[in-house]
Amino acid sequence: MKTLTHLERLEAESIHIIREVVAEAEKPVMLYSVGKDSAVMLHLARKAFYPSPPPFPLLHVDTTWKFKAMYELRDKMARESGMELLVYQNPEAIEKGINPFDHGALHTDMWKTEGLKQALDKYGFDAAFGGARRDEEKSRAKERIFSFRTSSHGWDPKNQRPELWNLYNAKKSRGESIRVFPISNWTELDIWQYIHLNDIPIVPLYFAEKRPTVERDGMLLMVDDERFPLQPGEVPVERSIRFRTLGCYPLTGAVESEAKTLPEVIQETLLTTTSERQGRAIDKDAGGAGMEVKKQQGYF
Amino acid sequence: MADIETKEAVYVTDQLIADDIDAYLVQHEHKTMLRFITCGSVDDGKSTLIGRLLYDSKMIFEDQLDALQSDSKKVGTQGQEIDFALLVDGLAAEREQGITIDVAYRFFNTEKRKFIVADCPGHEQYTRNMVTGASTADLAVILIDARKGVLVQTRRHSYLCHLIGIKNIVLAVNKMDLVDYSQEVFDKIVADYTEFATSIGIENFTALPISGFKGDNITTLSEKTPWYKAPQYAGIPLVEHLETVEVLSSVDADKPFRLPVQWVNRPNLDFRGFSGLIATGSAKAGDKIRVLPSGKTSTITRVVTYDGDLEEAVAGQSVTVCFADEIDCSRGSVISVADSPPQTADQFEATFVWMADEAMVPGRAYWLKIGTQVVSATVQEPKYEVNVNTMEHLAAKTLELNSIGVAELTTDKQIVFEAYADNRTLGGFILIDKMTNATVAAGMIHFSLRRSQNVHWQAVDIDRKQHAGLKNQRPAVLWFTGLSGSGKSTIANLVEKKLHRMNRHTFLLDGDNVRHGLNKDLGFTEADRIENIRRVGEVSKLMTDAGLIVITAFISPFQADREMVRAMLPEGEFFEVFIDTPLKVAEARDVKGLYKKARSGELKNFTGIDSPYEAPRNPEIRIDTTAISPEDAANLIVDTLLGDA
Repeated sequence: MKTLTHLERLEAESIHIIREVVAEAEKPVMLYSVGKDSAVMLHLARKAFYPSPPPFPLLHVDTTWKFKAMYELRDKMARESGMELLVYQNPEAIEKGINPFDHGALHTDMWKTEGLKQALDKYGFDAAFGGARRDEEKSRAKERIFSFRTSSHGWDPKNQRPELWNLYNAKKSRGESIRVFPISNWTELDIWQYIHLNDIPIVPLYFAEKRPTVERDGMLLMVDDERFPLQPGEVPVERSIRFRTLGCYPLTGAVESEAKTLPEVIQETLLTTTSERQGRAIDKDAGGAGMEVKKQQGYF
Repeated sequence: MADIETKEAVYVTDQLIADDIDAYLVQHEHKTMLRFITCGSVDDGKSTLIGRLLYDSKMIFEDQLDALQSDSKKVGTQGQEIDFALLVDGLAAEREQGITIDVAYRFFNTEKRKFIVADCPGHEQYTRNMVTGASTADLAVILIDARKGVLVQTRRHSYLCHLIGIKNIVLAVNKMDLVDYSQEVFDKIVADYTEFATSIGIENFTALPISGFKGDNITTLSEKTPWYKAPQYAGIPLVEHLETVEVLSSVDADKPFRLPVQWVNRPNLDFRGFSGLIATGSAKAGDKIRVLPSGKTSTITRVVTYDGDLEEAVAGQSVTVCFADEIDCSRGSVISVADSPPQTADQFEATFVWMADEAMVPGRAYWLKIGTQVVSATVQEPKYEVNVNTMEHLAAKTLELNSIGVAELTTDKQIVFEAYADNRTLGGFILIDKMTNATVAAGMIHFSLRRSQNVHWQAVDIDRKQHAGLKNQRPAVLWFTGLSGSGKSTIANLVEKKLHRMNRHTFLLDGDNVRHGLNKDLGFTEADRIENIRRVGEVSKLMTDAGLIVITAFISPFQADREMVRAMLPEGEFFEVFIDTPLKVAEARDVKGLYKKARSGELKNFTGIDSPYEAPRNPEIRIDTTAISPEDAANLIVDTLLGDA
């Protein structure tokens, strides 16, 4: 009898999870951040319900500071999948002009953490799919696939529901919600390989190209639009770069690279010596427990 | 990086990645997956072993290693050397306390396989986490400290792995470096373990002498243990063993076809498919199938996926199947091979692992989820509890957090099942508390109890509709609930008088009166209170079958029990009437002098004093007795009942 490969088992598990949520939740939504993990998650959702389109909308909690190329792909994928795309921008953050250059940690807090909570409350979603993986970060390694949130969106790591076999408990009281991570058990390599095998569209920024950059605080930042305030003496330099992870462009560090194809990207990823999230400033807040604290406050 | 003892990595992978990435990707694409758990006592070196596996398979990056090195110096327990445990102990609280409080999942690859490791804590109070980690594992690595040998914890972990049905057990005798790699020490531990394993039914296991800290026999055979190559030993390093053992999903593929239906896919009138993860067996177009519990048969016409129809789908794959006939099939149904279907039943014997702080309440209704079926279920008082350290059977009235026991289970309708030993998906279940929604227990079905199958429902010609028709009324249950002294009996009595005057056929069941006869064998413990309500519910149901309007006046303090009665009756016939009187007011009235007795301790388990009252969340009728008179309350109730009827 045929033994399934690891990617076949992971795919089947993720599809099973996505279907369980649709069967048991009242109003699910998929958080779509346009990154490679979101791309895989969306693809799995399309597989789960084929030939129907996935029976839930996509939600992009926008910070207005994403790369231009991300907005382009976002709109294209929504059209192609036949799903409704909801874009939410925290009105308070718009009003106060919160930006990553002047406001540091407040930027993430207002646009992402608060924005997400507001969006979920506004639409009344009781289950939200997220593309987090357990191999990304220590606190995520211990989070359940169905991660329960209080009515104020808090996460209590010591009070998680046990998950046995592939039985998920989606019961909750009114006002409470669950975050569901269907690709919990995938690694970065699995994601890349799956994108490769399934020819899934991803943002071109993942591939190396000559782009205008400045080096700041040890990070290589791309000057994606005219809002990027150059410091005295800073001149954008064309470098062949690519991104291992995509977020707000002023907060996302690039790596110098010549990898122009997926196999080359994978090759570089495997031979590299720093972990994926290192390019992100967010994990470094609040000492080593940065992400754990953020999650308790309601960050995805 | 310099202070840690590393061996030449055996992996040629790096070279292949650099030289021919396409060839590497093809290799990676065809890898299989093994999920395993590691268990051991606090200092057996679990985290170190996992850290070692991650390190040796290049899953630790330089930045993580830098952080690890600085952490090791701050809080590590290995002096100047790298403390791998810090890499694995994830949450801040754990790092401070130096313990692992929850299941953590880790990933690594070798040339042949991808591995998912569930790191399970060794502390006694976390049995539930170990069972959780074990439930998805193909294999268990049980760590033993070579200096300490087989401990109570070793036995407990082995028992739990065996209980959850893990067939591949690896006995990793760790810290061999601290016993001079002694063959004698290893042999003694293996002999001790063999004796124990046989006694609890573990048929075979693989024993390896290792050092997670030094890296001996992890990826390569160690020069320190030349004796390990002798024929009586496995003679291979740990990683090679993990790469070659058979995984569970390929075992499941050889069993009869079972597909629990998750979702019905109906995009338009031309397509109707049934989606789910194949639990066991395989399916292809042309296969004769049977849908349970209806028992209807048909033929599979297509196995649909996004990537095109499959010629054959096997256990572990998520698919959508279409049938030749329009037969009844929905979420919770199980699609099976036609000639060898699973059974259905509503009474079982099962093993339970209790996972909640609140102990099991025998007789209480919980949600039970098994596969994609969700039903209401009650558990009897345990037949026995298992002492997980000695495997002794102990008498028990209930099951507390982290205890394991065997009990009978009754579901409110027939479910499709198989013994857990034959099918994890159709034999493993969880119990969910109806109030808190917490997952409170995991269970494994042994077998069904046949007695219900021999009691058939006798069809009668004069049914409930005709009984009610003759009385010219719609039957209903007015279920009064509220504290003692809240006014239930007073108002219920008024309601019955009013209905009687209106020529309605009624009957009032009063709490105190019923306890003089039908329920005189019951006391006031939680279990007895549940049984009290269950009997009254069944009697009420019989009376509505006879066409009556039933009025009941019981404190009935628990939401779950009231919901149990609601579930017994047809939709719309159950009216929960909440007589809402604050405790202060009821206690001030104290018509029967009971509060006084309860306050003095003379009366135990008294609702509102030393036993909780769970107020209805969405009652059909709520009466605030501090705002309206009993007469007005009765009018309101009668109007609601008849207005609705």
